[in-house]
Amino acid sequence: MTIKGKAYIAGIYEHPTREATGKTVPQLHAEVAKGALEDAGLTKDDIDAYYCAGDVPGMGGINQAEYMGLKLRQIDSTETGGSSYVLHVNHAAQAIATGHCKVALITLAGRPRADAKDKIRVRPGGGAPAEYGFEGPFRPTVTNMYGMAAMRHMHEFGTTSEQLAWVKVAASHHAQYNEHAVLRDVVTVEDVLNSPIIADPLHRLDCCVVSDGGGAIIVVAPEIAKQLKRPAVRVLGAGEAPKHLNGGKVDLTFSGARWSGPDAFSEAGVTPADIKYASIYDSFTITVVETLEDLGFCAKGEGGKFVADGNLISGVGKLPFNTDGGGLCNNHPSDRGGITKVIEAVRQLRGEAHPKVQVPNCDIALAHGTGGLLGSRMGSGTLIMERGDA
Amino acid sequence: MSEKPNSKPQVRAPRVNHETKPFWDATAEGKLLVKKCNDCGENHFYPRTFCPFCFSDNTEFLECSGKGVIYTYSVTRRTKEPWAIAYVTLEEGPTMMTNLINCDFDNLSIGQAVEVAFIDTGEGTALPFFQPA
Repeated sequence: MTIKGKAYIAGIYEHPTREATGKTVPQLHAEVAKGALEDAGLTKDDIDAYYCAGDVPGMGGINQAEYMGLKLRQIDSTETGGSSYVLHVNHAAQAIATGHCKVALITLAGRPRADAKDKIRVRPGGGAPAEYGFEGPFRPTVTNMYGMAAMRHMHEFGTTSEQLAWVKVAASHHAQYNEHAVLRDVVTVEDVLNSPIIADPLHRLDCCVVSDGGGAIIVVAPEIAKQLKRPAVRVLGAGEAPKHLNGGKVDLTFSGARWSGPDAFSEAGVTPADIKYASIYDSFTITVVETLEDLGFCAKGEGGKFVADGNLISGVGKLPFNTDGGGLCNNHPSDRGGITKVIEAVRQLRGEAHPKVQVPNCDIALAHGTGGLLGSRMGSGTLIMERGDA
Repeated sequence: MSEKPNSKPQVRAPRVNHETKPFWDATAEGKLLVKKCNDCGENHFYPRTFCPFCFSDNTEFLECSGKGVIYTYSVTRRTKEPWAIAYVTLEEGPTMMTNLINCDFDNLSIGQAVEVAFIDTGEGTALPFFQPA
């Protein structure tokens, strides 16, 4: 696979201003985007991939995607300073060559001169993302932002705290076998419900652990994999999608998995029924319930019923999940649980999970990450892997 | 409804920029604004120069009634002075983040009618909190 001849540059735009007094950085990014679209003869809705670097305010490109109202299949904020945008062309070409997007937007914008001169007090450089003044004063926290999603899910679908608690119960059943887990005690639904409410409706035991540490992953070409001794795990498919507040058309009952999941399943050529093990990002119990629905393991609104009665417990239920104990019991290093999701899925495919939680004949596994906040904006990534010889 | 007022809301002055200054200036006069697109007709929030639905820059501010309903909320309780963060869906369409004040935190409900209640930040702006209508 090569990018040679697989991607073309169709639109360009250089902003005519040299001193952007009176404009914000997100506005400048949107202005150059609009210019390049007009040059190309495309519209905003044609864009399905966005690339930006550290000059854009916010979490990678997600806040800027929200500002511009982009609906994306690919997002990348590789930061190598001034060269970033050259690398972005390469990354965009790779994504296009592999069918992950068709129209990639790359933007750069800033206002160092205006920052120095402007009368209005604004943070210099990238600074605060555009929505900041409309959220920060109301004291969003990680827990109340997931809490608001859970409240709405309960309101629309009748999901209960007891059902959410089953996610934690399942994770604890797995964590008891993990000698490194922060929390190794098996808990009951009652234990979860009796733990104090942090932010409605989430109890302390609905929340993941806080832990230090980290993880790493090596990805190699097939010819390298052939030379190695460890059991091979093949990447079958992947999908990604940011989700945001969509200009005020807010729906907190689903996550970006609604979009990243179908892309991953489609590329992999498998369905949810083929997945023997799933690592599901579990910052909170509600994260798992919404994600399972969005990935198609059950219908929207049925997640609460799906997780109840131990359905996520290895050896007990239909869909063994987070057999390391997940973020809820084992580890959430540096407040980021994505890498441990992939690692435990690889252990399962290699047959190297703890014997008490190893899924028999685990040939296809999924790992899903939800970064950011279910209650506002997030980046979702789905990865499907297969056990097999290189 | 019980008349147990919640603890005094924290009033933190918002960060203002060129695109949002008209919004915040209006709050000092007790007016709540959203942005309206003159091309596609959609209202959006938070306000930006570009319509996030059709990408037109032919947008203008629209004064709202200040009335809406609670889309969702969450009371942060493990703290000395709990507060209720919420999203309120305005009559004009967009849903915005806020805090619910002058209410009993144990008697809030999704779908409940609320109205804007500005509190002066002392810095030329006021924060759009909401209270039961």
